[in-house]
Amino acid sequence: MIRQLFRYKGGVKLSDHKQESSSQPIQKVTLPKRLILPLQQHIGAPASAIVSVGERVLKGQMIAKSDGHISAPVHASTSGRVVEITDFAIPHPSGLKAPCIVIESDGNDAWCDHRKPVDDCHHYTPEQIREHIRHAGVVGLGGAGFPSFLKLTVGSERVVETLILNGAECEPFISCDDRLMRERAEEIIKGLMVMQHALVAKACVIGVEENKPEAAAALRSAISALAVEVEVVEVPTLYPTGGEKQLIKILTNKEIPPKTLPIEKRVVVHNVGTAAAVYRAICLGEPLISRVITIAGAVKKPGNYEIPFGISAAQLLEQVGIEEESVERIIHGGPMMGFALNTLDVPLIKTSNCLLVTDPNTVPLRNKQLALACIRCGSCADVCPINLLPQQLYWHSRAKDFDKAQDYNLFDCIECGCCDYVCPSQIPLVQYFRFAKTSIWQAEQDKKQAELAKERHEFRQFRIEREKAEKKARHKAKAAKVAAKNVGADDKKKAIEEAMARVKAKKQQQEANVSASKTEPGDNT
Amino acid sequence: MLSAIIVLTLLATVFGLILGFAAIRFKVEGDPIVDQIDSLLPQTQCGQCTYPGCRPYAQAIANAEANINQCPPGGETTMLALADLLGVDPLPLGAEHQAEPEATVAFIIEDTCIGCTLCIQACPVDAILGAAKQMHTVIESECTGCELCIPPCPVDCIIMQPVKQETRNWKWPYPVQTLELRK
Repeated sequence: MIRQLFRYKGGVKLSDHKQESSSQPIQKVTLPKRLILPLQQHIGAPASAIVSVGERVLKGQMIAKSDGHISAPVHASTSGRVVEITDFAIPHPSGLKAPCIVIESDGNDAWCDHRKPVDDCHHYTPEQIREHIRHAGVVGLGGAGFPSFLKLTVGSERVVETLILNGAECEPFISCDDRLMRERAEEIIKGLMVMQHALVAKACVIGVEENKPEAAAALRSAISALAVEVEVVEVPTLYPTGGEKQLIKILTNKEIPPKTLPIEKRVVVHNVGTAAAVYRAICLGEPLISRVITIAGAVKKPGNYEIPFGISAAQLLEQVGIEEESVERIIHGGPMMGFALNTLDVPLIKTSNCLLVTDPNTVPLRNKQLALACIRCGSCADVCPINLLPQQLYWHSRAKDFDKAQDYNLFDCIECGCCDYVCPSQIPLVQYFRFAKTSIWQAEQDKKQAELAKERHEFRQFRIEREKAEKKARHKAKAAKVAAKNVGADDKKKAIEEAMARVKAKKQQQEANVSASKTEPGDNT
Repeated sequence: MLSAIIVLTLLATVFGLILGFAAIRFKVEGDPIVDQIDSLLPQTQCGQCTYPGCRPYAQAIANAEANINQCPPGGETTMLALADLLGVDPLPLGAEHQAEPEATVAFIIEDTCIGCTLCIQACPVDAILGAAKQMHTVIESECTGCELCIPPCPVDCIIMQPVKQETRNWKWPYPVQTLELRK
């Protein structure tokens, strides 16, 4: 049966530039002396370090545990000694520093003994599988890095009809998933089976773009060798088919409304690389400590390399060989959605799928010329795969009118860059959208901060008032006490006075009596 | 004639009763516009607007005693939001008020601090921790950067530091085009 495919609106055809890197098998790299492992290599809260400086660690040992629900732990990619826990530049568009654990390799690459290989994942319940995957630090390897165990969780009322593995890999130059599917198809299928078990999914589909026939063939032969029921579907080569919502639309004709998750429409999408990582986590008991990365562009040996996390871009490029004089930019991620690195001293992490080295001969995908005025041609709206109106979003973002931009569903933008690519005026549209999005987030954060400050200030006012009132009450009580004391004293005084008066009266009477008795005899005489 | 007077009197009584009831039943406590203005202000409680705190300033704006451009920490954004809310024309910010002020937090140089508690008493949001003759410290996440703790300090051990830029609070820059002059 041939599956009917559907078409999402928009998208652009790009020349794929994948040949240079996809023709070579995945190569190993020499282990560097120093590995820098950022505590945040995923979406969510950064992990918190559980090792201290000077401690010896073994390969695969957890060195930072997840902090909060949406978080992922970090494991040592080799054995050695923790030499530093401090801030280092990380691969992030800001070029800012973030906390990292630095491991100095001892060269033995010795595994820790926490590995518990399991042949059949059905020994575990879905909950146990999720817990293992969480513990193994598996995150989405397609580029976003969302902790995978969360996407393997089904609510009690939900049912997963289709589990889709995303092997589209639509961005030019990148071929790491392609090579992985060709060489490790069996791992991917086994990982998919684990995922199916965890999600209790009814059907599994792997979507592969038409420009990767070898990958599709490898997957098919692995499926027949393992005798499992998985459908491999070749989808048209179009950018951004590898987007989650776009692939769902193509394969199932389901559209995922804004602010809803695919699981609400009974679909779950995972990347093929994540499936291989899940296989390693469950069946081999190995945590996520390495991945395949594509090195493309102006390098001597373009291709795919299996890297331990924490290797720096400089160390890797040194092994691959670049001509430093002619290098223009080094882009982390693909040419459409990636960002330029401003230093090569950044570690490569779980979400690093590609390093693209450009020189003046590299065919530019996006124009770097000066932006001209918008001519309102509407090409951007034609290619937008989310049916947004990039032109309206641009006007409002440019004017910093963020409320209006949100009215045009700014937050549904996946920043695929199709609008940028087709804009005849070379306007950096996505840059405006990113600016608007992060500005809105910051404003929200400021608002929260202001509310907290207000609350604290009001409480302080209340406390000062209360303290004043208490002081007043205390004073009053004291005054009353003093008054009461005074009342007692008055009584005494009165009593004394009365007594004295009585004594005086008595005395007077006595004197009167005496004088009377004195005068009597006188009278008598 | 008489019936008309009776009908009108009756009507007036009925409506009067309805109005009287509504006045009691739907009585608005306080001035809602003050709350609305207050919610737009940054709540630093710094007093740079010349009023003792954000709420008094909001009250003053509502009473048309103060202008909408007196809040330096809020900058242009707050001024525009206030103009929008009140339906008045935006006013230019004073020379000393920046369009986008830099966020700062107070920091106590703990070696110099003598533990006099004067800053604790000055802090409008209780963001300074300490006791008499004990070292004080600022709770960074709660400090609004109002600078009110700086003047009372007898040993000048409080400094203002810019809020640490992290990937968490980083903002993509506004796209700027650099123009090249061709000769």
